[in-house]
Amino acid sequence: MSANGSGSAENLVEIEHLTKHFAVKQGVFARGHAQVHAVEDVSFEVRRGETLGIVGESGCGKSTTARLMLRLLDLTAGTVRFDGRDISKLSQRKLRPIRREMQMIFQDPYASLNPRKTIGQIIGTPFAIHGVKGAKTRVQELLETVGLSPEHYNRYPHEFSGGQRQRIGVARALALSPKLIVCDEPVSALDVSIQAQVLNLLRTLQDDFNLTYVFITHDLSVLRQIADRIAVMYLGRLVEIGESEQIYEAPKHPYTAALLSAVPRAGIDPRERIMLIGDVPSPISPPPACVFHPRCPRFHKGHCDVVEPLLRELAPHQWAACHYPLERWPMSDAEIRQAEGARREDRPHLEGAAHEV
Amino acid sequence: MSAGERAHDDRLLLDVRGLTVRFPTPDGVVQAVSDVSFQLHRGETLGVVGESGSGKSVSNLAIMGLLNRTRTVISGEVDFKGRNLLTWSSDELRKVRGKEIAMVFQDPFACLHPMYRVGAQIAEAVTAHSDIGNSRAWARAIELLDHVGIPNAKSRARDYPHQFSGGMRQRAMIAMALVHNPDILICDEPTTALDVTVQAQILELIEGVKREFDIGVILVTHDLGVVAETANSVMVMYAGRIMEYGPAFDIFSRPQHPYTWGLLDSMPSIDRRLEALVPIEGSPPSLLTPPSGCPFHPRCPYRFEPCATKLPPLEAPTAEAHLDACWLPWDKKVELGTQRAKKVAA
Repeated sequence: MSANGSGSAENLVEIEHLTKHFAVKQGVFARGHAQVHAVEDVSFEVRRGETLGIVGESGCGKSTTARLMLRLLDLTAGTVRFDGRDISKLSQRKLRPIRREMQMIFQDPYASLNPRKTIGQIIGTPFAIHGVKGAKTRVQELLETVGLSPEHYNRYPHEFSGGQRQRIGVARALALSPKLIVCDEPVSALDVSIQAQVLNLLRTLQDDFNLTYVFITHDLSVLRQIADRIAVMYLGRLVEIGESEQIYEAPKHPYTAALLSAVPRAGIDPRERIMLIGDVPSPISPPPACVFHPRCPRFHKGHCDVVEPLLRELAPHQWAACHYPLERWPMSDAEIRQAEGARREDRPHLEGAAHEV
Repeated sequence: MSAGERAHDDRLLLDVRGLTVRFPTPDGVVQAVSDVSFQLHRGETLGVVGESGSGKSVSNLAIMGLLNRTRTVISGEVDFKGRNLLTWSSDELRKVRGKEIAMVFQDPFACLHPMYRVGAQIAEAVTAHSDIGNSRAWARAIELLDHVGIPNAKSRARDYPHQFSGGMRQRAMIAMALVHNPDILICDEPTTALDVTVQAQILELIEGVKREFDIGVILVTHDLGVVAETANSVMVMYAGRIMEYGPAFDIFSRPQHPYTWGLLDSMPSIDRRLEALVPIEGSPPSLLTPPSGCPFHPRCPYRFEPCATKLPPLEAPTAEAHLDACWLPWDKKVELGTQRAKKVAA
């Protein structure tokens, strides 16, 4: 896709036309096989040293995209280039040395640490797997790097609080000095006072170790604090991508705008909200053409449900897949609807739009 | 306030005084809730905010009589329509629960039985507290599903929970709670499991229901944003105690307690990128051995001499302020609060 200069040295990861379908059984005797369209034709690049945020609601394919990027899942179609090398078809054996350079931090600090292993063993495992010597001193250094104490080496995960456990997860990811760290909802399970500690830690580490992050979250407030660029996904598609400031200050896609306006604010002057109707449709039978059209306040009958919008560069470095992008921001719900004369009556299927999965 | 005065206030639904909950365990006594007092009026949404383990859910379970009485020590008074709920027998409570006080829980996936039709589960809630027949109960279920915005309620009532999306399940739970026109609706993290666009729909539904039926809502959440947008009054809890309690506008425009400042400052802002987030250092205390004095003092940057030894009372420092539990002198709070406001505005 034209959004990506292909093969540029400033990009650490380049994904093109990434697609992943999962087969699911349907029917009582599981005769028919349906496909879940988890990720559909997604292309973007991750630049060296940046934090790329991927945001979207549950089931939008953000975690699947990241797992495909790390080759933790096999691709249905498309290519992934890491550090200039096409890794989309490499065998697991050939992938292994590359895996040192790409690590992951998981959402649930309670589930992602083995309760039967000491902290030293947990953080030391990457060294053991990759045959690195002098693990113990390295682990103790890492513990200090993430704000824990070297004496924690022989403790077990249950002795730590949620925030401390997440620090352990960070230390494990850092162990082999990776180039890329994929953070999958790293602070969603933490209380807000602890969230800030972990976000600050991630920011400092990025500067100290020149890390590249792919940061997956559903929380737009958290993302604003950490992301340089943001990709917005909906139902397996990339609907908008741009610099963080552009996405927050001048969103182009109506879905991005609705997401932004739906976030409850602790300020004393709440903004008028763009209300979306219904829920996210099933990825087994996504709506035709623009997948967002059944919920979109700007829907145009005969266009949005017929012609699939492609990503277009609507501002420098800001791409959105929409036939009727927003002209300005903020905009009220009424303005969005009136501006284009989109009418609710045009969408008779809307009333049944809350979907069965 | 004397009993006579209280009787005059016919908008008052719930008057909780000195609610204390203790869980004796082999490791010691968990001091889950300590000396919590608040009131709820008709038409009011009371937001209860706090981090995990702050006692916000447990206090509501205690009010609903949902804690195992043989394993829990509860004291204090929960005055509902002139009677203390804490002294009621479980049979008496069962008649109130789901009828006059209803509850909506966090996880709409776990709260509906997967093998029964949604309509049947709501109809069961109808017949649980009244003598009407099954067909009328079913009709009532459809009426309520329609009311909470389920499209094609008549046919959707025959669906099983797995055929509903997360947002629709939460709507169905709210429909179930409304079956007997309750006076109080307790919502415990009603939108935490939902996506943000659906969260907005559900919060609007709860607000609409509150207005229409003129009921009182207790909204328990960890999300200050949700509270800021929906609550009329706010109670900030920490380690089982109320730290600050007042009208929502005051809490967000002129917060008085260092813990509330910390919470607000550590919240990532969607409106701009901050140079560095200001976390509250340390982590919440264990309720088995809560700190002496003010429970927040080990993490409080402004602690001084009395904080570690003496428990601050929950009271208004001056006539125009709202309630807080903090030893800092009022002029010091004003000074720090102004500094904070300047920093936020910059």
